[in-house]
This record gives sequence, C-alpha cells and structure tokens, in this order.
Amino acid sequence: MAASRNINFTTDDFKLIDRGSQDIEYLVAEGPSLSYWREAWCRLKMNRRALLSLFTILFLLLFTWVGPWVWTLDPARQDLVQISRAPHLGISALVVDDNFNWSGVIADNELTVNHRHVESLSVEVINNEEVIDNSVLSDDASYSEGLAAPSNLRVVDKPNTEYVRLTWQPVVGAARYLVYRNERQPESATDLGVPLWETDTARDVSYQDRLKLEAITYYYSVVATDGLNESNHYAVIQVDVQQAITFSDAVYSEVLPPEASKLDSIGRMVELQAHPLGTDYLGRDMLSRLMLGARISLFIGIVAPFLYLAFGIIYGSVAGFFGGLLDEWMMRFADFVIALPFLLFMILFKVSFGIGPGESGVIPMLVAMIVLSWPSMARLARGQVLQLREQPYIEAAKLFGASSWHMVFRHMLPNMLSVILVSLTFAIPAAIFTEAFLSFIGMGVVPPTPSWGSMSHDGMKTLMTHPHELIFPALFISITVLAFNILGDGLRDALDVRIRE
Amino acid sequence: MLISARLYLQSSLLIPLIISGLTSKAILFIMLYSMMNSEVLAGLAINSAQRSIAIAIADEPPDLSSLTTTDSLSIMILGHVVEGLVGYDAHNQLSPAVAERWQIDDKGATFWLRKSARWSDGKPVTAHDFIFAWQTALAPKTGAAYASILYPIRNAEAINKGKMPVDKLGVVAKDDHTLVVSFEKPTPYFLGLTAFVTYAPIRRDFYMKHANSYGAEAEKILYNGPFVIDEWVHGASLQLKKNPHYWRRAQVKLDTIDIPYITSDPGARYNLFKAGSIAFAGLNAEVLKDALKNRYKIRRFVDGVLFFLEFNHRPNRITANLNLRRAIQAVLDPDVLVNKVIGIPGNIPGKSLFPKWLKGVHQQFRVEYPAKEVERDYDLARHYLAQAKQELGLESIPPLVFLTGDSPNASKEAEYFQRVLKRHLGIDLKIDKQIFKQRLARMKAGSFDIVSAGWGPDFDDPITFGNLFASWNENNHGQYRNSEYDRWVAVAENTIEPQRRMAAMAEMQRILIDEVALVPLYERGTIYLQHERLKGVARRIFGGDPYFGFAYIE
Amino acid sequence: MLHYLMKRLAFGVLTIWFIATATFVGMHAVPGDPLMSDKAVSPEIRKHLEQRYGLDKPIMQQYQIYIMNMLKGDFGISFTQQNRRVNDIIAEHFPVSALLGVLAIGYATLGGIMLGAITSLYRNRWPDYLLIVFVVLGISIPSFVFASIGQLMILKVNAWLGFQLLPVAGWGSISHMIVPSLILGLGILAYLTRLMRSSMLEVIHADYIRTARAKGLSSQRIFYRHQLRNAVLPVITVLGPAIAAITTGGFVVELIFAIPGLGRYFVQAVQQLDYTVIMGTTVFYGAFLVLMVTLADLLYGLIDPRIRIQKVA
Repeated sequence: MAASRNINFTTDDFKLIDRGSQDIEYLVAEGPSLSYWREAWCRLKMNRRALLSLFTILFLLLFTWVGPWVWTLDPARQDLVQISRAPHLGISALVVDDNFNWSGVIADNELTVNHRHVESLSVEVINNEEVIDNSVLSDDASYSEGLAAPSNLRVVDKPNTEYVRLTWQPVVGAARYLVYRNERQPESATDLGVPLWETDTARDVSYQDRLKLEAITYYYSVVATDGLNESNHYAVIQVDVQQAITFSDAVYSEVLPPEASKLDSIGRMVELQAHPLGTDYLGRDMLSRLMLGARISLFIGIVAPFLYLAFGIIYGSVAGFFGGLLDEWMMRFADFVIALPFLLFMILFKVSFGIGPGESGVIPMLVAMIVLSWPSMARLARGQVLQLREQPYIEAAKLFGASSWHMVFRHMLPNMLSVILVSLTFAIPAAIFTEAFLSFIGMGVVPPTPSWGSMSHDGMKTLMTHPHELIFPALFISITVLAFNILGDGLRDALDVRIRE
Repeated sequence: MLISARLYLQSSLLIPLIISGLTSKAILFIMLYSMMNSEVLAGLAINSAQRSIAIAIADEPPDLSSLTTTDSLSIMILGHVVEGLVGYDAHNQLSPAVAERWQIDDKGATFWLRKSARWSDGKPVTAHDFIFAWQTALAPKTGAAYASILYPIRNAEAINKGKMPVDKLGVVAKDDHTLVVSFEKPTPYFLGLTAFVTYAPIRRDFYMKHANSYGAEAEKILYNGPFVIDEWVHGASLQLKKNPHYWRRAQVKLDTIDIPYITSDPGARYNLFKAGSIAFAGLNAEVLKDALKNRYKIRRFVDGVLFFLEFNHRPNRITANLNLRRAIQAVLDPDVLVNKVIGIPGNIPGKSLFPKWLKGVHQQFRVEYPAKEVERDYDLARHYLAQAKQELGLESIPPLVFLTGDSPNASKEAEYFQRVLKRHLGIDLKIDKQIFKQRLARMKAGSFDIVSAGWGPDFDDPITFGNLFASWNENNHGQYRNSEYDRWVAVAENTIEPQRRMAAMAEMQRILIDEVALVPLYERGTIYLQHERLKGVARRIFGGDPYFGFAYIE
Repeated sequence: MLHYLMKRLAFGVLTIWFIATATFVGMHAVPGDPLMSDKAVSPEIRKHLEQRYGLDKPIMQQYQIYIMNMLKGDFGISFTQQNRRVNDIIAEHFPVSALLGVLAIGYATLGGIMLGAITSLYRNRWPDYLLIVFVVLGISIPSFVFASIGQLMILKVNAWLGFQLLPVAGWGSISHMIVPSLILGLGILAYLTRLMRSSMLEVIHADYIRTARAKGLSSQRIFYRHQLRNAVLPVITVLGPAIAAITTGGFVVELIFAIPGLGRYFVQAVQQLDYTVIMGTTVFYGAFLVLMVTLADLLYGLIDPRIRIQKVA
C-alpha cells in the first residue's frame, strides 16, 4: 500500500458518488487507497443518525448566531418584576405607583390608632379580603399563656406583588409585634410561616411586605411579644395578591409606551413581557441568555477539547511510537502536568496574561485548559499506539518501508479514532463545566455574559424551587453532548473499514 | 447479519456475571442488618433520656486556641467550653461569669473572682490565669490577630509592638481571686470586652506543656466553660460533654452536644434536620418552601453583621469625587436589593453604618439618633453625575471596578448593581470577582473603585462599627480620611459619659451619610429551624452563636 | 523487572521534585498571602507571624527549607488550621477519600466494563441508545445535582419505609458510603462504558479473534480470554490517573454528604492560599498519582504480554 504512493489522479477520483450501494462497494473494494477519507464521508452520509446530529450541531450554531436576530430581547436586561419566573407567554399586571414609601401607622398610645401619614394613599379598608379569624386561641388559652391576639388585622390598599400593607390594633402589654407570612392556612401558633418582621416598638402597628411577593394567596399573621416570649395568640388574615408592575418598570420594559402619562397609566392592566423559557434569578430572559451563552460554551466546549486532544494525541503517539528513553521522559513529564494544582495555575495564567478586573479571561482560560488538560489523552494515545504497533498489519507496513508518519497517520490514527472520539465527547461537557466553575470564581467570563455552564451552575441552587433555571441550560448541554456522541459513533463506524452491513 | 447473530449469543454469557453480582441474598441481608445497627449508634436530633442533642456545623473549627482565634465558628465552640470574667445571660445581657462582681471607673477595673470557678481538671481558676492569657496574647511572638482588643489595658499596645516586656502589662493579681486592671485611657465599653474570647483565661502550666500545639486537639485545651470537648475527630465530628467541674453545672441541662456532621451545604443540613438527625438548621430560599410545606416553625435571627459598599477614597481614584458617590447612592435602593434580589426573609435594608440593634443611651441607638433618610431619586442622581463629570473634567465616567467575592450571593448582587448603574447613570461596572485571599490582597492594595464588604461587630458598642472609618484603622480599605470624623471617633473612644459618646456617634453617622463614605446595603438576618422539643437556645451576636448552655429538652 | 521498577522509582522521585518546585513557584507568584485575614492585623503582628511561618526569609531559603523538610517527610504546619500538622491532615482525611474513591472506582470499573461490553454487542440497537442517553445525562448534569437528588432519594425512601435504611449524611459505617460512592463513580462509569464499547468494537473484528474462531475456540473462551482482555487495555490506561483524581477530587460529594475527606482541603487550600497545605497535598497527590500510573503500566504489561516484552527488550 505504502509503495503505491505515486498515484495519478483522474477526474474519476473526484466524481461525486451515487447513493447507490454498488458504487460504494466498488469504491471500498477497489478504489485507490487515498480515498479512504472520502469513502468514510460517503458512509457517514448514509448514517441517518449521524447526519441528524450533524444538523443538530448546525442548528446550535444557527441558534446562537441567528437566534438573537429573531428573539431580540436583551439578555442582560433585568426584569425584577419577573424573577425566576417559569416559562410563560404573557401575564397581565396592574400598573402601580413607584413610590412605596409608606410610613405606616403609629399608635398614639396602646389603645388608639392614629393614621399619622395619609399622603396620597387611601386608608379605606378593602372588603374583598376575608378576615378568617381575628383571634384564634390555642387549645388551652389562659391569660398566663401570653398576650392577646391583635384585633382588627386588615389590609390597607389593594394588595399586589409590589406591596402588601397591613395594620392592626395595638395589644395591651405588648412590647413589639411579629409579622409572619404563610402560603397555606396556619394550623397552630407554630405554623405561621416565614417570620417577616419584628416591629421596633409597641406603637408600630403596621407593616409593608415587599419580600418576593407572588400572585398567590398568602396568610399573614401578627403576634404580640412582651419582648422575650411570643404570645400563643395570633391574628391571621387571608390576602389574595395581584400581579403588579410599577409605572417606571413598565415603561422600562416597554410594556407601556415611553410617552405614557403616569396618572393615566396607574391602575391600568398591562401585559408583561413574555418569556417562553422563563427568567433567571435576576429576571433575565432565559431564551436570549441561552442564545448568547451558546457562544462561549460552544467555543470553549469544542475548541479547547479539540486542541488539547490533538496535542495529547500527537504527544502520546510520538512517545508510544518511538518508545525507549524518549517515551519514558515524555510520559513522566505528562505525569508532572497532571499533578499540578489546576486552580492555582489557573490563577497564575490569569495574572501572567495581565487580565484586568472585569475583562474577559476566555483566552487565558483556553490556554490554561490546553496546557493543563492534555496529559490524559496523551496517556491514552500512547497506550493505543503501544498496542497497535504490535499488530501484524503494522509489521507488514513496516516491511513495506512505510515512513513513521505514514504508519501513525494512515494506520494507527484511524484505529485509535474510536477511543479518541470517546474522550472528545467527554471532554466537551468537562470543558463547559470547567468554564462555569472558573467563571464562578472570577477566572473566566465576566458578568453579565452568560454561558450554558454558568447558567446551569446558577440553576443548581434553585433546583427544587425553580427547576427551569437548571433544566434548560442542562438540556442544551445534553443535546450538544449527545449530538457529538452520535456523530462520533457514526464517524467511528464510517472509518472502520471492517464493519460492513 | 451472520456476525451479529453470533454476538447475540455471546451476550447471554454476561448474564451469569450480572447475577453473581446481585443475588447473594445472604450478603445483602447481612449488609442491611449492619446498616440498621449502625444507625442506633449514630444518635438522633434529640435524646431526652441521655439529655443529648445533635447539630451540624459548616466547617471544621479552624482555631480553638482562645488566644489566636478569629472566626465565628471557633468562637461558637469556644463559647461553650471556656468562660471569661463576664458572660451573657439567656437574655443576652452581660452577666457575672468567673467574676462574681466588679467595679469599673475611668482609671481601671477590679474583678472579684468566684472561688467555685474550676478548670476541667478540678483546679481553681485564678486571677493569674487571666494575667497569663492576656500577656501571652499580647506577646508579639504569639501573633494573635485580636491582640488589639486588649489595648485598653495599660501598656498593652506597647507590649504588643515589642516595645515593652509582657510583665509591664497593667494588670495585677491582688490575691488569687482579685484581679486589678489599670487602663491606658478611659474605656467605657471595657466590661463588654472582657466577655470576648481573647480575654478568656489560660493556665500557664497546661499551656506550656502544649506550647506549640495548644488548641490543636481536644486534649490540648483546658476547659472552664459549661462543656468540655470530649472528642474531636478533625473534619468529621466533635462531641461536647457537660463539664463536671463547671461552677454553674446544676443549671446546665444538656449532657451532650453531638456534632456528627460537618458540611457547609445548607441543603444537606436541611435534609439532616428533616431526617431527624440534627436539631438545628438554617434555611435558605431554596429549602424555605419545603419547610413551609412541612409546617415547621420558622425562626428569625439578625446576626449583627452589616453589609455595605465601600468606596475607594484614595485621591487618584475617580470615586474620591463626592458627587459621583452621591449619584451612585441616589440610585441604589437597599430595599429592592433585600426584598427582590436577595429575597431571603430576615435581612433588614441598610440605612446607616450603625445597625438597628445597637444600644444607645437608653434605647436603641438608631431610635435615639435616626439615620438621615436617603431618597432614591434618579433625576437628582443624574444631576449629581453631571456635576461630577464637570468637576472631574470628563466627558463620561470610565468603567468602575467593582471588587467582590466568589459566593453565589456576591455575584448576584454585583450583577444587580451593574445593571442599576448602567440603567440609571450609564456607568459601566467591571465586576472583579476574586477568591478570598486575592480579594483581600486587592482590598489592601486599593485596586478597586467600589468593594462589597461586610463587618461583624467584636463587642457590644457602636464604636466597633464607628472606628472602621477612622483614618488610622487598618480595616479602612477605602482609606476614607476625614479629620472631623476622626475627632468624633476619639471622643467616642475616650469618654466615659454615655450621652456625649452617643452624640459623637450620631455625628459620625451624619458625616458618613453626608459624605457617602459608604452605601449601607443590609443588616444580615437569617431564618432557621429548631427541633420543637428543644428550648432555650440563645441566638446572640456576641459570645458565640448559637449558644446551647441554657438549652433543654422539653 | 527489578531494574524497570528502580528506573520508575527514580523517575518518580524526579517527577515529584518537579511538581514540588513548580507548585512552590506558582504559589508564591500568585497575589495575596496566607497571613491575610478578614480583619486586618497590625504590621508588628504580621512581622511576627511571618517569622513564625518562616515567610520572612528569602524565597530561595524558604524553598531550601521546604525541600529539606519534605525529604524528612514533614510538610509543616497549616496556616489556616491553627497548630495542625499537614501530615496529620493528610493522614486523617486521605483514607476516607481513598475508601470512597476505591468503592466508586471499583463499581465504576466493573460496571463500565460490563455495560460497555453489553452495548458493544447490541451496537446501534435500543440497549445501546438507552445507555448513551444515560451516559449523556450523566456527564451533562453537574454532580452537585446528582448528589442533591441522591440525598433527597434517601430521605424519601426512609420516609416510605418508616425507618432509616440509609443515613442522609455523615461518615462511619458502610451504609454511609453506599450512595456517595455511587454518585462519585457515575462520571467514571459513563466514561468507561463508552470507552469499553469503542474498544470492544475495535477488538471484535481483529484478526486474532477471527483466528481464534477459526481454531474453533468456544465463544465463551474467545469473549473472556481474547476480546475482553484486549479491549480492557484503554480502560486500564485511564484508570491510573482516574483513581488518583477521584480519591482527591470528590469535593462536591464530600460537601453534601458531610464526609471528612481530603477533597475540601484541596479546594480550600488554594482559596485560602494555605501554603503548607497546598504544598503538602499537591506533593502527596503527585506521589500517589505516580504510584497509580506505575501500577497501571505494570498491569498493562501483565494483561498484554507483547508490551511487556517490548519494555524489557
């Protein structure tokens, strides 16, 4: 085979092959040896699954480069009205005033209540909040068990996701009050839910809740305390919260036109920005972040593994092929590199590249990954070469006087390919997550630039409460990895002359 | 076709392999049995018969030598096993501990030690043990990071700087049970200092025996608190047992505090609580919903730490410009940060360097001297910005470097600030996320414009926050310099009279807000779960938190 | 053989020396130092701390002292864990990580070989696809998620059974090791499965298999003696470094299951710039790695006699 290197190409050699199997049979059986890679390509084209994965990869590239032209939402825009929102295609919301400053209600003394601050807000009591029980007593209520429950717990203004305003009557003997919030009706004094607040004094008989309000039903409870012990008696109120958006947020997120007048807009219903894949922990659109994030992830996930695997293969092949002392030294150097502490040298790379604060460290990250990650591939390649070079066909090629390069690249590499491809497909997610970890500790991409890896990294923390923040980026990583795996399998089969259906 | 048929046959050969791996029922049973047995030994969240509780901690305590320790976790453990002159009672008020009574004036203090105070080997705790501990902490070669907390004692600073021998320290033992301290200068908050762990006693003979490894193992510490460390398996577990020699042993109601789990993952700790393996667990936003679903009683605690944005005031920095700082202050809303971005209950939006819980003359300092409200006003902010640009002679403000840590919350907050400044002021923020030591190095070198910082108080007096912005303070990383401010700090530090001190503190508060030396973000609050039958757990800002010395099982 | 081992030993020592030197240089080149803390200390105290840890000496002298101590087997005292010897840290926590790692590697290797062999037999049919989906999920989802879900599953199973079958977290008995080691081994299992599958496909069509068949050997004998034995070589190649990596890199699993392993010290030491712990753990890890790689190479020779012959020749 090696002897017949001076081949005269004819135009026939470059003719497109028919899809008919006969031609392929012909090619495989009698074609010139140089068309090996072409033959493989023909076979790959016949593998529907492999083609599908090839298209998937093309789709991902389109998704990241063309996607932002179609879905034009700014991936850095924070919509604090919609934090960690599950996928939706539009929610209507009430426009409310931006000014939440509510000085609340201060009791003059323990028995009378004075609405000290009555600016623009009405102090009328909304009637649609049903007061369930104003003084639930525990099983064996007696005076010694604590202070009475505050009476007349009620909501001031229309409760919405921007604020819920509560006020109540003072309790004789109370030092302070505690405000709780639950998502289901409390069953006992130990089941009041989230402790939101403890008032400063006994005269503070109101509270404005703004804590991550959702458009659901809440049960607010107020308990008096003598300063040391909480009373067993509590007042509870059911509050249905309506989705709202402040006027300035509405203008900012373009659900109201910029020229909209504040007076006319307040009280109107508007449609909130749709987020087909939901939003993240700062209310940023997941879809546009995934589109943008694909760039970094695909770049790091594909370029880094290709480069370091290529280097590892060459390194390992050379070591394995020539053997002897060279092999020994080269492999010991590889051991040395594996053992270096990755994080420490990552920091060093960043420092030595002179990457300033807030500047993207993608290139030093890439270099560091290549410099520090190749040895395992080198070991694998060396092992394969050691195994392969004892094969009879290599001996045969040697006898024919084939050059070392020829033997490595023409005979050994195709046979090593399956193992290399496995490593490659595993190196992709590894690189994506390494990027995420390094970005997290400030070594890689700088915020607000997203990447799939860092998105899943962030999503992990809300796995139970907002799973979509993990699922979507993880899905995209999985699709990429799957595509490369199947493509790899297809490639392997295509290159394996021995497997024939 | 032919080949694959043969392969199909071969696959049946694998089945015995699988079976042999799985079906040894006997082995399985033995394993199950051994597992259940081990659980009996592992213990449960609470055990009323043995009067024991189990808790988890986030990390291995890094330093259990009271002389050199600095971290809150070690101080929590030490809070249970050593006791100073005074301590804190169940209501977090200073109360007698080793000292039965005391007398303090502006020249010095005298402490009368109780004769019943004992070390865990039965020997009495004497005034000499305090003198030895204080001298050792101040000895330069000890390198105690907290030595400066002893500086109110006469000559302490000079000793710590190596200018005087340790025996010149202004403290004498009149007899075994009378300790007389003379002050360098009047120190109104001295009593609170003596509850701090660096002031805890150490016995000379024991310390000398373990000179270079004191505190490294359970048996290399001498205890005088309500508990002793019975067992310490590094990185894995600790077990505290009631100290049989403790003078107030009758009031200690727990026999054992078991710490069999060390993990910093809040999810894991919550799962342990749910499984009934620990009696105490913090909550984060992620597990809060599940806790609500399980109808657990949720408690709240404000741990005293203030988080704030510190500007770099070095003259060559753009943030040295007051109007720029004002513009930034006018757009940052701690209320939105706390309620929407952080979204964990318990945090209090920051308004001042001095947190709400600090005591003033009679009531809370902030009730007596309310902090000036800063309006969020975007138009005003833009006006300040225009002025700043004019003063600086700049067309536009160059990107500011925002230095922050690598915790999930830190990056979330940084991204929020980045967006807010961009949206309202058009200022770019370069987020410089750094791991711990690199961040400290940058803070020290001043290579930042704004840094996200936090401060936990050392003792119960507003000055522990106030002197943070004194020009001489090593922790003043932004190098804020204001001679008027420094004067007020000096007044607050050296005056005995509470009214004058608090008035000085109020002046400091005013200056900081007017000059926008910092932007207070929030006072940290936490929410947590406690086993329903476990009572009397003290949550406290000082003296180690949480404290189980008064805890009991109902 | 002895000659070969001696040679490897000499190389090993050299490698470790390189690792120690590179780490020492890298560590000191990184900004910041181990003596910095949240609350600043005065320059005077700092000076004494530097003296105590020998940081006041010229860097070359520090290096010299360090190497000399290392030769004596003394890694010094930790900066962040006061008064604790690095030797003790390694001695106490490495066995935990090693036990967990060995369990994980053990099941992952057996499982990987088995599943890889199965999938190669069922190439491009549903068991193959099912496995590839599992593998892809296994490597595309961060191990933190598996660990969290694993812990939740324990809770659910215990609640369903009404008694504690497995502990939620902690360390001490076999029952504590089961779920963490399963999760720790997932990635390696996935990798070895795929590697084994590829390698099997290579081998199935090799000439010597055809020859064996032609000889009339039983398919069982061919499978075990020829196919499996040849196909397992790449697995062994990656196993050496994998054991070393897994026994020290189980940080996430150790965190979630509250396991006192060495993993957290590896991660924390760099963040805290704890010089002595960085040096100690890196050098120890390097030595362990060299040992594992040597073992893998020896095993390689045992399984494939041709390679052994080559080496000796």
